[in-house]
Amino acid sequence: MLPAALRRTRAIAVKELRQMSRDRLTLAMVVGIPLLQMMIFGYGINYDVRHIRAGVVDLANTQASRSLVADIGSSQVVDFVAHPAGADELRQMIISGTVHAGLYIPPDFERRRLDASRPVAQVIVDGTRPGVDTAVRAITDAPLPGRAGLVARATPAIEVLTEFNPERRTAVQVVPALIGVILSMTMVIFTAIALVRERERGNLELLITTPVRSLELMVGKILPYIGVGLVQTTLVLLVGVLLFNVPINGSLFDLYVGAALFIAATLGLGLVISTAATTQFQAMQLGFFTLLPSILLSGFAFPFEGSPVVVQYIAQALPLTHFVEILRGVILRGASLSDLWWPVTKLAIFVVLAMAVAVARFRKRLD
Amino acid sequence: MSAAAGAAASAASSAADAAIEAHGLTRRFGDVVAVDHAELSIPRGQIYGFLGPNGSGKSTTIRMLCGLIRPTSGTIRVLGLDIPRQSESLRTLIGYMTQRFSLWEDLSARENLTFIANIYTLERHHAARRIAAAIEEYRLAEFLDRPAGTLSGGQKQRLALAAATLHEPPLLMLDEPTSAVDPQSRRDFWEGLFALAARGTTILVSTHYMDEAERCHELAIFDLGHIVARGSPQQLMRELPLQVIEIETEDTTGARAALRGLASLRSLAQLGLRLHALLAPEETDAVARVERLLAEHGVRASVRHAAASLEDVFVGATLPRAGASR
Repeated sequence: MLPAALRRTRAIAVKELRQMSRDRLTLAMVVGIPLLQMMIFGYGINYDVRHIRAGVVDLANTQASRSLVADIGSSQVVDFVAHPAGADELRQMIISGTVHAGLYIPPDFERRRLDASRPVAQVIVDGTRPGVDTAVRAITDAPLPGRAGLVARATPAIEVLTEFNPERRTAVQVVPALIGVILSMTMVIFTAIALVRERERGNLELLITTPVRSLELMVGKILPYIGVGLVQTTLVLLVGVLLFNVPINGSLFDLYVGAALFIAATLGLGLVISTAATTQFQAMQLGFFTLLPSILLSGFAFPFEGSPVVVQYIAQALPLTHFVEILRGVILRGASLSDLWWPVTKLAIFVVLAMAVAVARFRKRLD
Repeated sequence: MSAAAGAAASAASSAADAAIEAHGLTRRFGDVVAVDHAELSIPRGQIYGFLGPNGSGKSTTIRMLCGLIRPTSGTIRVLGLDIPRQSESLRTLIGYMTQRFSLWEDLSARENLTFIANIYTLERHHAARRIAAAIEEYRLAEFLDRPAGTLSGGQKQRLALAAATLHEPPLLMLDEPTSAVDPQSRRDFWEGLFALAARGTTILVSTHYMDEAERCHELAIFDLGHIVARGSPQQLMRELPLQVIEIETEDTTGARAALRGLASLRSLAQLGLRLHALLAPEETDAVARVERLLAEHGVRASVRHAAASLEDVFVGATLPRAGASR
């Protein structure tokens, strides 16, 4: 016979699993959301910017200027879709959003070619669109084919070696971190709702008159969802490996331990939310409120090294930040959990804190 | 009586025979006084009723007695335990049924009972025996494997009572358990309560049905947060401090108009072709007075003294308190 506390915890967990298996919407969320998001994000997010709509103004219109336009166009970074008459019209087209970049070749192009101190042409970039600037800059850095008369460029002084992702494929950078993002989306909302739903349906009033303790209730509620989260992790990993050829360089065991820790942290956060929310709608809102900073600040989308110090502190308080670190470390760099002891420790601290807050805030009372 | 009940009984040996004692029990929600200095002494083994309209403080009182809401002031002892301080020790000793069906609607009846048995950590064989007994006693077999959400009001009530009594608590607190149930199911439900009381369970039940209140051993009538009357139903009916005059007439509208000016009239209620008038005790020769008034207004009626019904008691007890009664 199990100790009473364990029996009550197990009773809650079994009940939770039963309810979950009967709720088709929840089941669809468990499987459907990860698959759908993997497809959308895996294919959709691409930092390798190509085919930017651009305009070209060639006021020189010499053979050399025409081959410069052809060379830049053949890089595929920009597509020259418009040929405005002058600089003003090009600018207007950028303002209206018809094109996002432009190449301006001045009438004295031929003279500039012979003068190394002056640029031969100008590239105009719409600075409001992230990524465009960097991408277009890259083509200007690229050595153009050494055509006769063009100013020759020296080879770069420093060579860059991109480790663990030599082809610099976005999918390799994004897909591992996506595990964390997808888990965040579903897990916080699952637990936030699981407790609030019982409050709304009146189950909680009955439950708090039974001998079940707050900690038993909380642990019993999150245990089944840790299982669900690991299933989701597996699904996302499978899609990542099969569809996006993401290599798994580290140990799967380490990966699952890290995932379980992160899931517990996220579920704990969901429980804290559920002690504050009185309706499922509020719980959803609060869940989304934590989701956006997680996605934007965790280093999933862009490095947080450039953010102000305060924002970096906020990022440190988000479990996803540490999990993204663990995911990229284990999956791509082949790191072990002992290499990643610091993010692992921070996640563990988060789990303990979240559970403590949830248990402390949850009262077996109605007032 | 179960082992748990026995333990509670010995724990409470000092508290004489009362299962529940409350003194000066008060609860405020902001400016609203939901319960105002309630005094309660509920003996063991009785069915004790809280009768009162919605919002009269019945539910708040029950919730305070089981430790779900803390009183603003006052003291509570339930089965010898100091509430709310010792609420957790009370958990295994009470069964609680909420106003609203609060078992899990997406679990079957059997799964709900199994869950409750595990939450109260009943030993496995004992749990199986208790569940089998509950299925038998509350006729659950016909819908045992159906989701609880699909059951009728009466079936849900039987299931909820089975769940509340699975761990054989010596004290049951039922908050308007029959508000969503048809009359036949209500009768069945009360059969169940009498059977439990006969086995020594103390039952506290709130209701706004007169027929249910009349079945209780003892009653407390709630109005606007106050307990305005208490005693056995018979005693309350016998000792109603008002005269009940029954008027039988075809012209009830005329009779109402005729009696409007009567200063001693406290209340006038219609039951089909009969009117029940509650008159202050000072009114001497009330029947003659009423007959004269009706005749003056040309209303033909037969008028007589009647024994008070529980409804008369309730109406009398919940009259606006601006009157002389308090």
